Formats: sequence, structure tokens, C-alpha cells
Amino acid sequence: MNTIGDFLDAMLLRGGHNTVLVVIGTALLGIAGGVAGSFALLRKRSLFADALGHSTLPGVCVAFLVAEHFGHAGRSLPILLVGAACAAIVATALVQAILRFTRLHEDAAIGVVLSVLFGLGVVLLSIIQTLPSGDAGGLKSFLFGQTAAMQQRDAALLAAIAFGTSVTAFVFLKELALVAFDEGFARSSGVSAGLFDVLLLLLVVAVTVAGLQAVGLILVIAILIIPPVAARLWTDRLRRFVPLAALFGGISGWVGASISSLAPRQPAGAVIVLTAASIFLVSLIIAPRGVLPAAWRRLRLAFRIANDHVLKALLSGPRSTAHLARSLGGRVTTTAMLVRLLAARGFLRGDRSGWSLTPRGIAAGGAIARNHRLWAAYLVRDAALAPDHVDPSAEAIEHILNPELIQELERTLASEGELA
Amino acid sequence: MPHNVDVQLPAEHSRKSPLSVHAMTVAYHRKPVLWDVEYDAPEHSLIAIVGPNGAGKSTLMKACLGLVPMAAGHVAFWGQALADARGRIGYVPQRESVDWEFPVSALDVVCMGRYRAIGWFRGVSREHRDAALACLDQVGMAQFRDRQIAQLSGGQQQRVFLARALAQDADLYFMDEPFAGVDAATEKAIVDVLRMLKSKGRTVICVHHDLQTVPEYFDAVLMLNLRVVAAGPVGDVFTRENLQKTYGGRLTLLDAASHAVARAAAEGPNPR
Repeated sequence: MNTIGDFLDAMLLRGGHNTVLVVIGTALLGIAGGVAGSFALLRKRSLFADALGHSTLPGVCVAFLVAEHFGHAGRSLPILLVGAACAAIVATALVQAILRFTRLHEDAAIGVVLSVLFGLGVVLLSIIQTLPSGDAGGLKSFLFGQTAAMQQRDAALLAAIAFGTSVTAFVFLKELALVAFDEGFARSSGVSAGLFDVLLLLLVVAVTVAGLQAVGLILVIAILIIPPVAARLWTDRLRRFVPLAALFGGISGWVGASISSLAPRQPAGAVIVLTAASIFLVSLIIAPRGVLPAAWRRLRLAFRIANDHVLKALLSGPRSTAHLARSLGGRVTTTAMLVRLLAARGFLRGDRSGWSLTPRGIAAGGAIARNHRLWAAYLVRDAALAPDHVDPSAEAIEHILNPELIQELERTLASEGELA
Repeated sequence: MPHNVDVQLPAEHSRKSPLSVHAMTVAYHRKPVLWDVEYDAPEHSLIAIVGPNGAGKSTLMKACLGLVPMAAGHVAFWGQALADARGRIGYVPQRESVDWEFPVSALDVVCMGRYRAIGWFRGVSREHRDAALACLDQVGMAQFRDRQIAQLSGGQQQRVFLARALAQDADLYFMDEPFAGVDAATEKAIVDVLRMLKSKGRTVICVHHDLQTVPEYFDAVLMLNLRVVAAGPVGDVFTRENLQKTYGGRLTLLDAASHAVARAAAEGPNPR
């Protein structure tokens, strides 16, 4: 069996009619999840979205029972989705009621509603299984998702929801963002926070209900949370954040559905979630706000500070590497490397008396010494520090003074003739 | 255009007053935080609301703006209901009330002040963006326009909030502790803006904590402690006796208060 070939076929939409349908449908679901989830994340309602997902189970079961009772086929998707949507609305109302009439906080209210409704759903599910007509196998696929069961109608529904979610988010971008950022200001300027919270809720419910079949109600929260969280690591601008979350969601759906098409009996939701998690993990490491760039920035700062120390030490005359290492308190090997790098960049030259500064090195060292003096003078004058206490502080700050701050210091000190 | 709907207020309230509060009572969880507040804000003035912690200063603002429900009472702006006057009212919430990690730049935040003028279904056009930038420039923050707001200092964040209020181009401003925890440069920038607004005939109402600067910065004062203790021109009502009533004998605060009163007496009544 050529697994990789099959996977590529699925990815490239050559995997047969049904696979194409599933891959496209799930990708669209991912896009909708990324968009709706972005605003849920900004409004700090991600956990609430989770409660909605779990609480759809009793809705689905009740819809099934009601449909069977009236002689319809219980496992008809539209009926079940209506049931799910109703349950989500009931869950919202319950959370709001708890918040209103008790002194519980939102997290506790969500926890209560989520677990109780899910428990109710599990009980109903076991009752359905004992019924003669109980095609519970079909319902069970809603727990973890089964993309293979997706039909053309379902894919069209997902397309409609993805389109509707994206358009709504685009049209109301500024209001949704304003309410999420500063509810008080929004309301004071006539933007109804309640209205846009309901709109956000509808978006989340739409994605949750649409995602029941593909990723299942337990994991549907993942496509609402993980893509936006990953996108947040890449940008701190709203205009890039929302499209990026949509992109990550789309990729998760696309790749995840392609993988799970190889093993149609596997729960598709889990595979899609793991795909999204991989995107998150990679982002966490390499994205601009991730771990690696932060470590790199720290390393560069440490390197610059070490360089500054070497240049400053050499201002007072040539030194040997060993001497430098001693006076700077570093290892000889590290110091030797630093010195060689500085020499290669034309700041130092070495001869028998040790290392000395080139004209370029003198200029650079002079600038550092001057920053040190500026800061020290400022501390003595404005922070009322005793002159003999100033040095350690100036030592720490002289390396990170930015041009803005240096100009400011120059202005304040020059105006009082304290600048030599 | 807003249609003129008059709010039912007793005759002693002036229709010219930018803010008239009548019999306002507010309660949180049945605990009253404001009792029967009566107040008429003077036109074209800088007004400080002072009072101890928990006196209901922020609550008064929020109730006026419809952000917390009133248990009883009426509020009118130039004799009109809030819904009809909203376009003429600006608001600077407390800086701690928002999450500064939000993915927007300083200029994006100021643009929020233009949303009302922009209207629904539209993005921020260049014209509105330029207007917002001019407001950012007024508070000396134009060079930080593209900075993500978490990367600004507390004082700079406060100035961004102030610029957003300027972008609203309102006639009446509510500012909730604009001077709290700001640096000297920001304090000066805020004072400059307040004076500029006054010179244009606008009214600004600030929750203010620093009693020392009340006579210097403000024309009028509203002294609040669950109810209105005193209200009027700083020179008339900002007295030792009223401060004592407002702060109820807390020694540390009284100390600060008596300093302020002494200074106010030395400088004479605030020039109008």
C-alpha cells in the first residue's frame, strides 16, 4: 500500500470524489473556525466556546428521539444540527442565568453547565442505544467526528458557514474588535456590546454545529482555539491576525482530513486537532513572538554587552586577551572569540602589546563611555542618587539606551550645561 | 440627526448644563454605592470629582454613560437624553480596564474614537486615519503610531487613550482617573489638552485623586462620598470643612487635603 502516495493524492484533491469533498469541506470548516475563534479569543470567551461544543450532545440526542418518535429517520443531519443549535442556545442561557442570579464567576458557571449537559447527553445516548431503532453508531460519530460520512450536501453547508462567518467578521471587524478591546468605551459610544456578543456567539455556534460531523463535539473547540492562538504568535496586528488564523485553520482542516482519509475509521477530529497542534508547536518555536526569536534576541543583547565591555576596557590602552578576560570576569576562550570577531569587523587590531582599538573602535568605545556618563549624570541629578552609587546602574543601562532616549538625555543635560 | 427628546427633569436643572443628574441612586448587589445624587455641571469648565476610595466616583460616570444601571433617577445632557446626545460625549475609561496585549497599534486605538463618525459597515478611511493621527500628535505620541500598545509605557498608554477621546471630538468628556500613575511628561500633556479643550468651550469631568493639584488644574469640583457632599467652583467649595466631610476624618488624607487647601488659599481663587 502506497500510503504517502495516497496522502498526496488526497492533499492534491486527486483522491476520488468523496475524498475531495471531505478535504475541501474540512478546510472550509477550519477557515470558519479560525475566524470565529479569533474573536472568541480576543473577547476571552474561548472556554465558553468549549461549553457550547459539549452541550450540543443532549440536543443531538433529543432531536434524534423526537424525529424517531414522529416516524422520521432519526439520523438526518439537518434535524440533528437543529437540535445541536438549540442545545447551544440553552447552554448560553443557562450560563447567563447562573451569572445573573448567583455570585458564581463565569468559569465556574461554564464548568457546571458544560459537565451537566454533557452528562445528560451521555445518558440519552445510552438510552438511544437500547432502542430497537437506535442507530447509535451514527450518533456516536458525533463525539469524535467522522469525515468519511460527509456528503455533498454537508460540504455545501460547510462552505456556506465559512463564507458567512468570514463575511460577517469582515463587515463588523471594527465593532467586534472594539467590543473585545474596550467594552466600556464601545458602549459609551453607542456600540452595543450585547448585540456583538450575540453575533460572536452565533458565529461560534455555527462553527460548532458545522464541526460536529467533521471533528466531533468534544474536539470542535480545538479548531476554534488552536489556529488563533498560533496566529497570535506571528503578529500583533488585528488585520493580519484574523486572516492568519483562518489560514492556519484551513491548513489544519485540509491536511488533517487528507491524513484521516487514509484511515476512514479513525476519528477524524483527533487527526485534525493534532495537525493544528503541530502548526501551533512550530509557531511557538519559530514565530516572532515564539521561543527561538526571544532566545536569539537575548543572546544578541548579551553579545553586544560583552562587545561593549571589551571596547570600553581597551579605551584605557592595549591589553592582552588574558588580561581582558580577567578584568571582564569572562572565560579566556569566550573573550578570545569576542576579540577576534571585533578585530574581524575592524574595531581592534592585535600586536605584541596585545589588542588595541582602531579609530573605528575608539569611536564606538567613546560612544559607550559617553552613554554611561549621560546616564550617570541623569541619575545624580534627577533620581538624586549619590554619585558613588550611580556606577552599577549606569553600567547596566548604557547598553540598552536607544537613540530616542539618548537624545532626550542630551537635551535635558545640555540645557543645564552639565554635558561636557 | 438626533431628534430632540427632552428628559423630564425638575425645573431647577438648567437646560444649558452639559450634564444634569437628578435623584440618581445606584446599587451593586443591593448595596447602594450612590445615593440621591443631584448635580448640574457648569458649562465650559474643567471639573474634578474627588472623594475617598469606594465613594462612587467611577460609578457616577458609568451611570451617566449608561454603563451601569441606575436604581432611580434621571440624567440629561443639554436637556436631552443620553441616546440623543451620545455623539457629543467622549469617554476615557481607566487604563487598567483593558487588556493592553490586544493586537492593535497606538494609531488603531485612536481610530476607535472615529468609529462613530465613520458609521457601520465601513473601514477606516485615510481621512479618518489622518484625523486620528493629528490627535495622536496633539498628545505628543505621533512617533509611536505603529507601536503595539503593550510596548508603550503606562503614561504613553494613557496619552493614547486621551488621543482617542480627542478623536471623538466631543463637547463633554468623562475621564476616569486620567492622571493615575502617569509620569511628569504625561501629566503635563494631559493638562495641556484639558486647557486646550476648555479654551474651545468644551467641558471635561475628571475623577481625580491628587487633591494637591485640584486648585491648579480644575475650575469646579464635585465632592462625593456616596452622596454629593459639596459641588461648585473650586474657590468656594474646596474647603477644609468640606474635605473633612468628604473624607470622614482619615488622617493621612486630611493631611494631604489641608496642604491643598493651604495652597489654594495662597494662590487665591482659580482664574477663569
